[in-house]
Amino acid sequence: MEPQPVALKVLNTLSILFFLGALGMVFLYAPLEVTMNYVQKIFYFHTANAWVGMLGFLAAAVAGFIYLVDHDLKWDIIEVAAIEISLVFFLIAILSGSIWARPSWGTYWTWEPRLTTAAILEMVYIACLLLRQGIDDPDRRARFSAVYTLIGSISVPITFLSIRLFRTIHPVLIGSGSASAQGSFDMTPKMLVTLFFTLGTFSVIFVTLFWHRIRLGQLSQLVDQRKLEE
Amino acid sequence: MRSVASSSPLPAHNSPPRHNSSFVKSIGAIIWKDLAAEMRSRELLTAMLVFALLVILIFNFALDLDATTRKAATPGILWATFAFAGTLGLNRSMALEKDRGCFDGLLLAPVDRSAIYFGKLISNLVFMLIVEAVVLPVYSVLYNTNLFNPGLVSVILLGSIGYVAVGTLLSSMAVQTRTRDVLLPILLFPVIIPILIAAVNASSGFLQGIAQAEIMPYINLLLVYDVIFTAVAFMVFDFIVEE
Amino acid sequence: MIVVKRLVKRFGLKTVLRGLNFVVQDGEFVALLGPNGSGKTTFLRILSSLARATSGEISVAGFPLPGQASAVRRNLGVLSHLPLLYGDLTAEENLHFYGRLYDISDLNRHVDQVLELVGLLPRRRELVRTFSRGMQQRLAIGRAILHDPQVLLFDEPHTGLDQGACDMLDHLLREVSGQGRTIVMTSHDLSRVEDLASRFDVLSHGVITASIGRNEVGQNGLAEFYRLALAN
Repeated sequence: MEPQPVALKVLNTLSILFFLGALGMVFLYAPLEVTMNYVQKIFYFHTANAWVGMLGFLAAAVAGFIYLVDHDLKWDIIEVAAIEISLVFFLIAILSGSIWARPSWGTYWTWEPRLTTAAILEMVYIACLLLRQGIDDPDRRARFSAVYTLIGSISVPITFLSIRLFRTIHPVLIGSGSASAQGSFDMTPKMLVTLFFTLGTFSVIFVTLFWHRIRLGQLSQLVDQRKLEE
Repeated sequence: MRSVASSSPLPAHNSPPRHNSSFVKSIGAIIWKDLAAEMRSRELLTAMLVFALLVILIFNFALDLDATTRKAATPGILWATFAFAGTLGLNRSMALEKDRGCFDGLLLAPVDRSAIYFGKLISNLVFMLIVEAVVLPVYSVLYNTNLFNPGLVSVILLGSIGYVAVGTLLSSMAVQTRTRDVLLPILLFPVIIPILIAAVNASSGFLQGIAQAEIMPYINLLLVYDVIFTAVAFMVFDFIVEE
Repeated sequence: MIVVKRLVKRFGLKTVLRGLNFVVQDGEFVALLGPNGSGKTTFLRILSSLARATSGEISVAGFPLPGQASAVRRNLGVLSHLPLLYGDLTAEENLHFYGRLYDISDLNRHVDQVLELVGLLPRRRELVRTFSRGMQQRLAIGRAILHDPQVLLFDEPHTGLDQGACDMLDHLLREVSGQGRTIVMTSHDLSRVEDLASRFDVLSHGVITASIGRNEVGQNGLAEFYRLALAN
């Protein structure tokens, strides 16, 4: 297994630097929001994580599709890496969203479209990983995983739109009052800059982790191969 | 024991390569086979029906509702029941094929793989509709509500089609894994949420006599879902069954 | 007629078949021997179009795989250790079902003939799940030859049968092979194939390591041949 390429080592350093930079910007540069004060600052991380989760989702869907056309197992490694990373980032996004929601709206959870869809997507990811766990043959595992990812990547956006549809036709049901009031503060230019910087930071972190995870997958494959050759 | 060869058709390699057997005929044969076998044993239908009725029973005690709230909750209870009972049917239907290696028997025949998919889809749909056809009157009687509403019936039909379209594909996958039965609901439920949203809302709309125009978006959602997923499932089914 | 050239089959990183070459002429009955796990079943699954090769050329009954898989399927009958029959249908119904899938004309007559051939005509209206394993295998042979295929593949068909059932199965196999069909049968048990096959091939470590015709095998020669083939 080749050692980390230079580009990856650079990314490692950049990730750490940018993250520190983002922390700095969020806590020192960005102004305090009028009503929510420090709690609002979690918004930067929440949004960045959700954004990165979306990147992972797209990567997984594309990799799965390519595998079905190509049958090269490397796309399967990419797909799993994307799913695992997206799973974690969306989880952080959901949790950070909860932490923000409590002081803002008085509830940890609301059934609003984005949050609900994120939760459903997590279930799809977990289902996919469980599916993979139950299959021994690598080719079949890759095929089934790709098919399920395809189904999921079509269904989840439809789910999001369905929940939105449900929301616009019916008045808000039992539960939260201002569920649709997400991001309902005005952003000053400094906040916008911070936001974009954080998005950029997490994108870099995403690529770094993605690359590491793919390498891990390749290493795992090598180990399996060596085991068989014994 | 006489031999067969003397009166059999010409050996096939003397004639040009033929296509698969008639698509429609194959689908028909598979549907007939599933229905005939089920009529004999009635295992699948009995299991699904009993389970569905038990679920309704559990809901009765779990959600101790007054008459008005129950009326509002009816669509939800119905669809939860159908969703759970449906997985039983899907699992069983595939397991029957897998157990004696019968699925290989289907794959060995010169039959289009998608014909196998459609055949199983339609027989799964028939079983699900039968169960729903029993549950509706029973529920009506138990809770003194009138569920004989053509709008409701059409929603149940559309919702069931989408459910079974995805369910047949996923159960074909699940049956080939180690975890089998347990895996199907885990795979299926997250991806049929649009059906649940649309079906429950449309059902509710029809039962409460809401204007058709307001219900149409949900019906459209169901139609769109059905078309998209039947098409996708039909296209990827090959990948599931061919090694 | 079966022609296999440089067949390779990999499951992920594990190579099961390594450049296998195998030719069967029309009318030959080849017994494919080899220990458990040597790849016999995988090989047969590829020949029967249930699995795909990773690389190599295959043609069965004159048609290439996987390109013309449906033409191959039309000319192929398969018998494995699983009966491939529906327990809740009668013997007759099972055959009718498969007959429809194979688009067989004059189906009723064919079904009757086949049932008579395998000695199950009196039990045609009984449910398959009431059949003994031996009877199921006989019906399975019926299913395999219903569409009069040129090529037959048998994967360890004697598995789980008692002596009486095995004898009946052998009788049927002889009957069926006497009609000029091409047959490949796998077995890890020599006694089963000694009297049936016209040729014996040994599959070991992913390739055919030895091959011997029936007339070249002396008394007890087959056991010796097999032992030597595996020892190499």
